[in-house]
Amino acid sequence: MLNNSLTLENISKRFASRPGSTTQLQVLDNIQLDIAPGEFISIVGASGCGKSTLLRLILGLDEEYDGRILLNGKPIDGTGLERGIVFQDHRLFPWLNVEQNVAVALKNSPLSAKEKRDTVREHIELVGLQDFIDAYPHQISGGMAQRVAIARGLVNRPSVLLLDEPLGALDALTRARLQGELQNIWAKEKITMILVTHDVDEAVFLGDRVVVMQPNPGRIRRILDIDLPRPRNRSDSRFIALRDDVLSDFAELH
Amino acid sequence: MGFKLTSRRVFDSTVGIVAFLALWEALPQLGIVNPGYLSPPSAVLGAVLDLASSGDLLKHVQASLFRSFAGLLLAIASGVSLGLMMGWFARVESVLDPLLQFFRQTSALALFPVFILFLGIGELSKIAIIFWASFWPILLSTISGVKQVDGLLINSALSMGANRWFLFTKIVLPAASPSIFTGIRLAGAYCITALVAAEMIGAHSGLGFLTLNSQEVFQIPSMYAGILLLAVVGLLLNFLLALLERRFTYWRRGLRHGG
Ligand SMILES: Nc1ncnc2c1ncn2[C@@H]1O[C@H](COP(=O)(O)OP(=O)(O)OP(=O)(O)O)[C@@H](O)[C@H]1O
Ligand SMILES: [Mg+2]
Repeated sequence: MLNNSLTLENISKRFASRPGSTTQLQVLDNIQLDIAPGEFISIVGASGCGKSTLLRLILGLDEEYDGRILLNGKPIDGTGLERGIVFQDHRLFPWLNVEQNVAVALKNSPLSAKEKRDTVREHIELVGLQDFIDAYPHQISGGMAQRVAIARGLVNRPSVLLLDEPLGALDALTRARLQGELQNIWAKEKITMILVTHDVDEAVFLGDRVVVMQPNPGRIRRILDIDLPRPRNRSDSRFIALRDDVLSDFAELH
Repeated sequence: MGFKLTSRRVFDSTVGIVAFLALWEALPQLGIVNPGYLSPPSAVLGAVLDLASSGDLLKHVQASLFRSFAGLLLAIASGVSLGLMMGWFARVESVLDPLLQFFRQTSALALFPVFILFLGIGELSKIAIIFWASFWPILLSTISGVKQVDGLLINSALSMGANRWFLFTKIVLPAASPSIFTGIRLAGAYCITALVAAEMIGAHSGLGFLTLNSQEVFQIPSMYAGILLLAVVGLLLNFLLALLERRFTYWRRGLRHGG
């Protein structure tokens, strides 16, 4: 599991600016990034700079791009069990309960029925929802739904978990708590996580590195190493200095 | 919902029904309305009991139930499957849509002579008219149910490596089921209307026949018995369809709108 490096080689992506039109919108321009196994990467950047698009490419949902995405040295081919994703809106299926929603992600998994049941339960416990295993999505809070989505993203034991603003819709308190949980899960599962966020504080709190992107076309502006011991203390002066450093990039961009 | 509230509601609706029956009984009995035109409920009940003991009741109810179930089930089977195809395959819809827009405006009653011409005056033409009336709401609500499936959920399933079959059976079908059942419930109501119409034209059995025939031979209490029994059949059908709906959309229980 541990030698799953992820390499983004010269990724460029264009969209037809209107359906059927020939003029193209360059959304990603020559993205280069080597991600070590088990690394936590935070990506921040203005709205529209292509962060979600980049995650879609890594997930394998969109195969029309230039460049190469290598997982463990091999180009990725479509979606795969070794890559999971969590979106901002939990996207749970309203007709499935918590357990079934997590189990859906296992439908292409080679595990036996019993192994599937066990690993689903384990992951529901990992996010602390064992008492809500039979609840339907409309019966649980937004924060709980997001936890289910995280469990679902993890249940295949992916080597890479992609997180597209997973906590963006939550209130500040729930959000801070889930940041702590995410950090614990990451430490426990030792997998690569790529987190897209608008919250610079969150990016610095969780990331080994923070990738700052800028738009038109979307590209990497800067990469900061966050060389602070974990769990991080938000009132530590070095934490504040790094956070302000990233924020200053935004100030220039706007 | 507390027990107290439920029992109060039962009490309230009982009061309404009892008051209505009392008024209905009193009007013809006191001669305020000609009893030859309006039979009191006691006479109607007597007529129902007579029909039951002679075996006619069973015959008429059976005939009506058979026709409405046959027509409705056919409509559900074909309306849901065609609707799923039209909602899912844009191409199928664009080919069929103009035809359907035209046919859905064609009233089932207007088509009855055509059905009789092709299918004769027997059971088939009656089932056909019921089918026609029930088919359209099911078809249209199935199409719109499939089209309204949340694209984000489809995306989410795709990101987990779902193939088209999985998408269709595990995402589209359950997501569209509330809308499909709205259509089926509506079809249940249309089905009864069509049943009555079909049985009033050239039938020898069925509650619609009983109602019209009783009026023609001036058996006014059985006429009201027929009307009452038709309403009961309608209620029963609606109740059955509601049960079915609950069974298939259990996951929405307690779901507040937009909540
Ligand atoms: N399917 C598509 N077709 C055409 N253009 C698209 C498509 N998806 C995204 N884009 C465009 O690509 C650009 C980047 O979109 P993307 O969603 O990746 O941005 P983002 O960085 O995630 O923004 P946000 O922070 O608001 O989520 C936007 O200009 C968007 O309009
Ligand atoms: Mg985005």
